[in-house]
Formats: sequence, structure tokens, C-alpha cells
Amino acid sequence: MMSARVRPGATVWLLAVYAFLYVPILCLIAFSFTAGEITTQFDGFSLRWYGELLRDDELVDAVLLSLRVGAFAATAAVVVGSAAAFVLARFGRYPGSAAFAGMTTAPMVMPEVVIGLSLVLLFTHPLFTFLGGRGVAAIWAAHTTLCTAYVTVLVQSRLREMDRSLEEAALDLGCPPFKVFFVITVPVIAPALVAGWLLAFTLSMDDFVLAAMLSDPGSTTLPVLVFARLHHGLKPEINALATVIVALVSLAVVVANRAMLSAQRKRAAALRHAAGISPTGVPNVTLGSPDIRR
Amino acid sequence: MRRQHFFLARGRFWVGMLPWAWMLLFFALPFALILKVSLSTPELAIPPYLPPFVMEPGDVLPHLRPDFASYRRLHDELLALGTPGADLQYLAAWGNSLLLAALTTLLCLLIGYPFAYHIARSREAARNTLLMLVMLPFWTSFLLRVYAWMVLLDSSELGLINRVLLAAGLVDAPLQLLYNQGAVLVGMVYSYLPFMVLPLYANLVKLDPQLLEAAADLGARPWTTFLRVTLPLSRRGIVAGSMLVFIPAVGEFVIPDLLGGGDVLMIGRKIWEDFGPNQDWPMAAAVAVTMVLVLIAPIVLLHRHGRADGRTDGRSGEAG
Repeated sequence: MMSARVRPGATVWLLAVYAFLYVPILCLIAFSFTAGEITTQFDGFSLRWYGELLRDDELVDAVLLSLRVGAFAATAAVVVGSAAAFVLARFGRYPGSAAFAGMTTAPMVMPEVVIGLSLVLLFTHPLFTFLGGRGVAAIWAAHTTLCTAYVTVLVQSRLREMDRSLEEAALDLGCPPFKVFFVITVPVIAPALVAGWLLAFTLSMDDFVLAAMLSDPGSTTLPVLVFARLHHGLKPEINALATVIVALVSLAVVVANRAMLSAQRKRAAALRHAAGISPTGVPNVTLGSPDIRR
Repeated sequence: MRRQHFFLARGRFWVGMLPWAWMLLFFALPFALILKVSLSTPELAIPPYLPPFVMEPGDVLPHLRPDFASYRRLHDELLALGTPGADLQYLAAWGNSLLLAALTTLLCLLIGYPFAYHIARSREAARNTLLMLVMLPFWTSFLLRVYAWMVLLDSSELGLINRVLLAAGLVDAPLQLLYNQGAVLVGMVYSYLPFMVLPLYANLVKLDPQLLEAAADLGARPWTTFLRVTLPLSRRGIVAGSMLVFIPAVGEFVIPDLLGGGDVLMIGRKIWEDFGPNQDWPMAAAVAVTMVLVLIAPIVLLHRHGRADGRTDGRSGEAG
């Protein structure tokens, strides 16, 4: 069906764009192994900067804080986002439903500076001092709000694809709604929940603007610290940090992609087996719907 | 059955309460506060503004004292447009932001369209890997990707590109590559390219090759086929990708700050400066309001055309 002729022009274009995407990152990685102080000069191989990375308490603290905020924000976003997805996918139209739909997805398309400013105004408002002012909790709330939008979109599309007759059958057979939810609905939407959590976690780990606007002196997340360091001159230590992040992320993405592909294959095989037919192809997989970021 | 429905109705109420309450508190209310603060007076206080209305004990209605100074500032700059020597910093920042965002969108489209097209036309087994390779840089830290360009473009003889150019004898002195508009543009295209490629790919992968074959059989040359079949059918992907690049690019703050030096004015940077060093929160809020107003049209466009995944896209459904 698909005409897969090899066209030299296509290959050249693909290679050129991949080079554009990867050469800067590969340069960063290469110079993380320098022994010298200069980020663009290779003075012999050494792991010196990786050692400095581990001894840098300020940086280690920032990483730990970012991991914590990311995990809590992702978890909260999965809870709030799944609830929002249910409202959008199952509640139909009611007064205010359009406003709700707009509100839940708007953080994705608003510039972060605007969201950040609006949340600073909330957290510094005299009537809302009970929220605790700026600080870690404020960053967590901001990240949860932003990530909720992404989780909502992911879970909502999964809920709409889901075969509702499974739930109806269970209800008809006398299963209580709560049990239906946990025994049938959750397993079916589980891939979207996992993908949503991971996406939310990365978004939170990566966010600079919201964290910087909402941070107080005691709440320096990793991006806030890196940004400050970039203004104070470049050191190969940042290259080492980038290399560690790229390595971890690549590993995670490859593993997640493998897992998703094999799950898809198993499901397709099971479907074929159950239906006794042989469909022509396996559904096309893309990783975690990345296209809806921001 | 009846009891179950009653239970479902009550459960539904509580399921709905959580996201409603969250979004009202952390999204709708903060936006109302932006409007309020944009009408406030800057003041040395915590928070640094006088609210546009006050309520003394015993008052039934609040006393209104809106301050339109921030909006007047923007309005006056508009009126002074064309006057030599006038201070037009906000207008200049707006103009530059729109220009850079538009150029970024255009470049992303020119690079990303053939790229997405060729991925969509490659072997089915390879597509997943090719797409994963587009996403991989995007999952790594945004700040560190901008940092990579700081190293590459460094204007001293230590900058990577300058070193290569000097070693090759192409230039005699290091070029001023960093801290200008061009550096910001490169950084933005680099950072936003995946947002363009992914919706375009999602759209182009559904394009039925039989349509192209039919066009060729009927005597259309490849270029004509592209202009009259492929391009119109991928309109939704183009709009979605362009808006996904344009909208965040207008508000971008980090890239101009790190790659643009002090000279590249952008409106996101003005908000940041008024909010931070200048402590003029009413002005920052007023600029944020204008930003939301300017971006409403692209956001609506994104929602109308943006179903690039094609699930609700009747047009490409017919085609595919």
C-alpha cells in the first residue's frame, strides 16, 4: 500500500534536521568529559565534573526538591485531571460545562508568564494568606494546575474511546458503581493515567517560569538554580548535569516505548484471537501524545 | 437500579466538585486578580499595589478608585507612534515579540513540513523510532537545550562555531553570534520545532497515498499534486502546529533572556521586568491583559482547526 521508495532528497532532509536537533546536545555531552574549566575546549578526558556534581550540595538539594515537587504535582494532576476528564467525557451538557471545558484546557495554551503572574497575585493576596504565600506549596499548586490540563486531555480521549458496554454490563449484573470504577474503568484508562503522570512529572521537573515567579528563598527548584547559574558564567558542571538528564530521559523513553509497543501487540493479538479474525495491521503508536504540550 | 442511579448522581456531584473548585481557585480567580491589579496603583507595600476598590467597616458598597495609568501608558505609546524620540519601549517590545514569533513559526513550518512529510512517508516500522527521536530532545531540560546554544554561539574565540570558523580560516576574528535577534530566533526554532512536527505528522500520516497516485495518473506533476492535494488536505495540521508554536513564542521569556542579551526586547521580558526588578505589578498585569487579548484569536483558531489528531476531523477522515 504505502509507497516506500527511498528518495535521496528525503533522506538528506531527515538527516539535516536530526543533526540540527542533536548536534547541540551531543556537543554538551562531549564537553562534560573535559578535565579543564572551559566548556568548549577539550583538555583531556576526566570524570571530574561528575564528581563536582555530586559534591555540589546546593544542586543536589535543588534536584531533590524538584523530584519531590514533580512527584506530588504529577500525582495531584492525575487525580484532578482524571476527575475533570470524567466531567468532560461523561457529564454531557449542563450550565457552565463550556466554561469548565475552557478553564481546564486553557493553561495549556496560555503563555507561562501570564499564568505565573496570575498565580503570584493569588498567593500574595491579603485574603489568601491561608494558602501560605509563595514557596514550595505555591509551586506545587501551580504545576498541578498546568499539568492537570494535559492529564485531562489524555484521560478524556481514552474515556471517549473506551467501550462503555463493559461498565453497563457490570452495573446490570449488580456490581456497585464504586467497584465498577476500580475493577473496570481504572484498568482500561490505566495507560492514560501512567502517560499523564509521566508527562506531568517531566513538565514539572522542567518548568522554570512558574517556579521562578512563585519561589521564595527556601524553594529553589532545579531549573531556577540552573537559570541563576547560567547568568553567572558557564562551567562544564552544567554539561555533566545535562548528560545525566539526557541519559536518564533516553533510558526512560526507550523503556516506556518498548513497554507500550509490546502491550499494544499483546492487545492486538488477544483481540485477533478473541474475534477469530486477522486484521491487516497493528494500530500506529505514538508515545504519550506529546503534541498537546503547552 | 434506581438506588444505583441515585448513588451515581451523588458520586457525580463530588467528582465534579474537585476539578471545578481547583480550576476556579487556581485559574479563574487568579485571572480576575490580573484584571483587578491592572487597574491598581503601584505602591511601596506588600503586595506592591493599592487595590482599585476599598471597603471600610460599615460600608455597603466598596469605594471605587480604579487607576488607568498602566493602560494609559500603553495607549499613549500607541498615539506617539511615529513621533521621533518618543519612548516606545512597550510597543517596541510588542512589535519585536510578534515579529520573532511569526518568523519562528514560519521557519518551523518550512523546516518541519518536509520533515514531518518524510517521516509520515517512511516505512511503517521506522516511523515510531523516527518520531521518538524528535521527541527525545523535547523531554530533556528546556533550559539545558538553550544552554547548548549559548555554548555553540559564544561570541569569543572560545565559542564552538567561532572555533570551527577560525580553524577553517573562514573568518579572521570571532563573529558576534550571541546576544542578538538571530541567536534568539535560532533558539526559538530549535526549542519549538517538535510542536510543529508532531501535529503535522499526525495529520500527514493519514493522507491516503492513493490520492497522490490518482493525481499522478491523471497527469499532475509532483509539484502540482503537492500544491493541490497534499497541502490543502494538511491545512489543519499546519494551523495547529503554527498556533502551537506562535502562542508560546509570543510570551517567551527565557530564550530572549539567555540568548538575546540586553538588547532584544520582548513583551514576556517586559512583564518579567515589571514584575521583578521594577516592582510595577499593575503595569505587568496590564501588559498581561493585552497579551491575553492579542492571543485570543490564535487560541480560538487552534481550538477550531486544532484537532490535528483527526479523531473529530471529518475532512481528513474522508481523505484517509
